[in-house]
Amino acid sequence: MNENNNRLRGIDITALLKESAIAALVALGLTIVMLGLRTVDTTTGLGITTRWPLVVLAVVSVFVGRLLFALRREWKAAGRPVQRDLKKAEHRAAIIVQRFSTIGGPIFIAFALALPLLPFADRYVVDVATYVLIYVMLGWGLNIVVGLAGLLDLGYVAFYAVGAYSYALFAFYFDLSFWVCLPLAGLCAAGFGVLLGFPVLRLRGDYLAIVTLGFGEIIRVILLNWYSFTNGPDGISGIPRPTFFGLELKRTAAEGEQTFHQFFNLDYSTMHRLIFLYYLILILALFTNFFTLRIRKMPIGRAWEALREDEIACRSLGINPTNTKLTAFALGAMFAGFAGSFFATRQAFISPESFTFIESAVILAIVVLGGMGSQVGVAIAAVLLIGGTELFRGLEEYRMLAFGGLMVAIMVWRPRGLLAHREPTIKLHSGKAPPEEVIKAVTQGGMK
Amino acid sequence: MEYFIQQLINGVTLGSIYGLIAIGYTMVYGIIGMINFAHGDIFMIGAFLSLIAFLVLGIVGITWIPLALLVVLLVSMLIASIYGWTVERLAYRPLRGSFRLAPLISAIGMSIFLQNYVQLLQGARVRPIPPVISGGFTFLEGGVFSITISYLQIVIMLLTIVLMTGFALLISRTSLGRAQRGCEQDRTMSALLGINVDRTISLTFVMGAALAAVAGMLFVLYYGVIDFYIGFLAGIKAFTAAVLGGIGSLPGAMLGGLLIGLIETFWSAYFSIEYKDVAAFAILVLVLIFRPTGLLGKPEIEKV
Repeated sequence: MNENNNRLRGIDITALLKESAIAALVALGLTIVMLGLRTVDTTTGLGITTRWPLVVLAVVSVFVGRLLFALRREWKAAGRPVQRDLKKAEHRAAIIVQRFSTIGGPIFIAFALALPLLPFADRYVVDVATYVLIYVMLGWGLNIVVGLAGLLDLGYVAFYAVGAYSYALFAFYFDLSFWVCLPLAGLCAAGFGVLLGFPVLRLRGDYLAIVTLGFGEIIRVILLNWYSFTNGPDGISGIPRPTFFGLELKRTAAEGEQTFHQFFNLDYSTMHRLIFLYYLILILALFTNFFTLRIRKMPIGRAWEALREDEIACRSLGINPTNTKLTAFALGAMFAGFAGSFFATRQAFISPESFTFIESAVILAIVVLGGMGSQVGVAIAAVLLIGGTELFRGLEEYRMLAFGGLMVAIMVWRPRGLLAHREPTIKLHSGKAPPEEVIKAVTQGGMK
Repeated sequence: MEYFIQQLINGVTLGSIYGLIAIGYTMVYGIIGMINFAHGDIFMIGAFLSLIAFLVLGIVGITWIPLALLVVLLVSMLIASIYGWTVERLAYRPLRGSFRLAPLISAIGMSIFLQNYVQLLQGARVRPIPPVISGGFTFLEGGVFSITISYLQIVIMLLTIVLMTGFALLISRTSLGRAQRGCEQDRTMSALLGINVDRTISLTFVMGAALAAVAGMLFVLYYGVIDFYIGFLAGIKAFTAAVLGGIGSLPGAMLGGLLIGLIETFWSAYFSIEYKDVAAFAILVLVLIFRPTGLLGKPEIEKV
């Protein structure tokens, strides 16, 4: 009888309580020192203050949370003994994702094109949208490396920095314009990509991750310490703005030249420049997207995806893994270089502070969150992460905490990302029955 | 010559700390083949735990140094182990058997989370403590340079040697060590032979975290200042040490740690202190190019 008392609708309550108690004990261990005691600066060095109520709160909430979680799990298990058909659920999700991608893509592009003309688009909105689009472009660029080729690059921001600094330095030392420097910056970044990738891409994926991470730090340390060339931590300011087919977007033009508003007979407004920058990054981002979509259908793009799935099979089919990976790495770096030079021209000021590891992690999180390889997913993730954190500017200190936690949670719940379904680029069987003649030929061939 | 010997002593001290962290990386990599990116942050948490424990002991009035050291060591090892266990349970175990990059990305998220967690709870400013152990021996006082080996450096080296020996015995002699080595070779087979694989993996994380906590305590004692960001660089250098020694090999991790400590110290002593981090990364790249298996590692055979 005793056993029955402890069971509620077939659930063993004692076991659940025990499970929750263990979780609460672990929480107590985690929080008792780190949360309970806080080091504070006093006049005689460091002192300690206590925060026991918070510890109690944390332990109790872990206990209750774990209990509810376990109860839900047990009820689910008791109520539905039959396993869900995972294949079917996955298939349904895939259809939804695909529909969303085909409809969602054009809607997004149309919205992005119309945004500066909409009534609510003031200075702030256009500025934030430009900022978000930089990350969309970086996400799409990194998607080539991580999503298509399956190479984990933790130092992507290094190529971004190379792009930004090459434009700033070319403009500073040689007085070149943005439009000349844009391809040069891309080339520089791609060059660095080849330089780094060539020795490292022969290795296993995890090593690549650490080496790229180290490379990102090296670039930052060099930018920080090479004072005579890069101006060190003070950064480079006064980076020239881009021109609109030779027309400057300024209030007054230089001697013998016209400005944008004079040429088109408009009243001068600072919004012109913002909107121009917005469309510029939109075009750059869409170019990245278009490039990726096209190259996926080319032999090299298929080789990337094949390599991601099975390197040994690729090698036995005569694909050179190192060179194939190198192209992906260099192309990804090139787009980061483009984005970097846009960043430099938009900010008009750059310093090594903008290119820390956290930036790489943010870009990677965008790609991962969006579902590696999914273009629409990456765009949505960039809007959510960058735009979302922009909304929560007031909660600055919790931002990165939530960010890290979110990365773990998404990996645990949806390891393939939010819009995770990947349509195969090419199918062996298109789903339709083969033509009549083929069947006839095959069956006759078989009978002979 | 005196300068050289002095740097050698400093380098070995630094290398001991790196070696202790590197063991955590190499063990986890050996058993589940992932880079535990959050390991450097466990080290940072260990350092913070030791700092707080030292302060509390100071307030309580325990000033006899050996006792204080022992208490701090036990507290920070215990709690850091709980952190190590929790990280594995929450962020890595659900991803076992998932695609290759998933645990690594989860680990990066965990690392960012832990850094900001400590920043939020303990503040972003650097935390200094007064030296706990001071004094030392001085040799060759006649010349331009004299050689000083502080009591603290002796404590660090001795503690490292004791822990390493104990740890090596644990792995080679006990049933836990056998289970751990078994899982490293073949997890499925170990499970079939009645080894609780999940538990063994958890214990690997716990051991790694405990050693990282010791390294954290030594770091606090040696440098006297810490902040929430120390885990990042120390973690990367310790990982470099693990790769240099041959990832998956325990003596390799120790050797790699010593080498990285020495290289870094000599680089800052003879070349430039600004670029000392570049030196460590450059070595990582060079090792991977010319000897991807590391100094003591075994070549990895990829099978279909």
